[in-house]
Amino acid sequence: MAIGQAFLGLLETGPRHGYDLKRAYDQRFGQGRPLAYGQVYATLSRLLKNGLVEVDGIEPGDGPERKRYAVTDAGVTDMADWLGRPEKPEPYLQSTLYTKVVLALLTERPAAEILDVQRAEHLRLMRELTRRKATGDLADQLVCDHALFHLEADLRWLELTAARLDQLAAEVRR
Amino acid sequence: MNAISERPAGLATPLPLLSAVDLHKSFGPTNALAGAEMHVWAGEVVAVMGPSGSGKSTMLHCLAGIVPPDSGHVSYDGRLLTGMSDAERSTLRRTEFGFVFQFGQLVPELSCLENVALPLRLTGVRRREAERRALEWMARLEVDDLGGKRPGEVSGGQGQRIAVARSLVTGPRVIFADEPTGALDSLNGERVMQLFTAAAKESGAAVVLVTHEARVAAYSDREVVVRDGRALNLERMG
Repeated sequence: MAIGQAFLGLLETGPRHGYDLKRAYDQRFGQGRPLAYGQVYATLSRLLKNGLVEVDGIEPGDGPERKRYAVTDAGVTDMADWLGRPEKPEPYLQSTLYTKVVLALLTERPAAEILDVQRAEHLRLMRELTRRKATGDLADQLVCDHALFHLEADLRWLELTAARLDQLAAEVRR
Repeated sequence: MNAISERPAGLATPLPLLSAVDLHKSFGPTNALAGAEMHVWAGEVVAVMGPSGSGKSTMLHCLAGIVPPDSGHVSYDGRLLTGMSDAERSTLRRTEFGFVFQFGQLVPELSCLENVALPLRLTGVRRREAERRALEWMARLEVDDLGGKRPGEVSGGQGQRIAVARSLVTGPRVIFADEPTGALDSLNGERVMQLFTAAAKESGAAVVLVTHEARVAAYSDREVVVRDGRALNLERMG
């Protein structure tokens, strides 16, 4: 997750203090893994240094004074560029599983069972996500759908590998 | 690996409602089922998965008493389907089972409401009562506003929801669904599965769901994989 761009997007809706930014980020994108304060202020320093945000005001508080940040024009452009740029697709080749299958074939263990067990595990997680979708809001549903489609792609790979085990065995043992 | 005799965790009923043991079925030189075994408990949703030609649809047809196996037996609620006459099996299918197929298979000449009411009419329920009950299920599946339309006038997703309502209208104890979302896009397929599984759970019906799609199978309580005419219970292998 690009924390910097997320901050720029959040600031585009209005200036905020560092603490408010962290809270908004955690709420929308944290998924149970809140940002550390160090991460928040390091990101803001970098954005400041690059001219993507600016200090909009300083308020005295009980402790140290609180800076309010605002996004700059350059920050808005940076965000827009990032939004318009596709993410690099992950070359997700189940490498551990592939290694296991090859090792099973090499050592004449039942490779199909490894794939079957993995399939059951994938489906277990898919059930969990499907249940979560049923009770969640639209944001939850979209996050779960993304995971479900990825798991489904893995499952297709498992199916295809299962169908090609004999061929793979012949190559591995050649 | 083949036998699935253990009751899945969390199900209160000790005995399966529907059982298939050592099923063999050939079509010419092709062995569709080769010693398959499978059990279904009341109220559970079981996905039957497997590659094309693995025998999963044949398994469903044997379980539902549509096709008799060459050998082995199928029992439902303590009665042997494999020992019944065609007429007895037909009555059982009409009164105890519900069916949903890939393309709905609604009667094009009838309105959607008449289609849903049809299984009740076939068992002698009077028209007004049958249509009242049909409309209740159509409302549950969120298609009660389509009662007056013909199947040709509704979308694929709506048609499948009407087919699901029809499968539930007689209060079946088992619903057999063969690729019920196979002809739908993701969003419509999801909606059909959400409504279908929720309505089945609510009515207490067990569902035997044949699918090759993992996202559809994810609506089930457990899966059985059919491969080379045999059934694998993956949960017990893990």
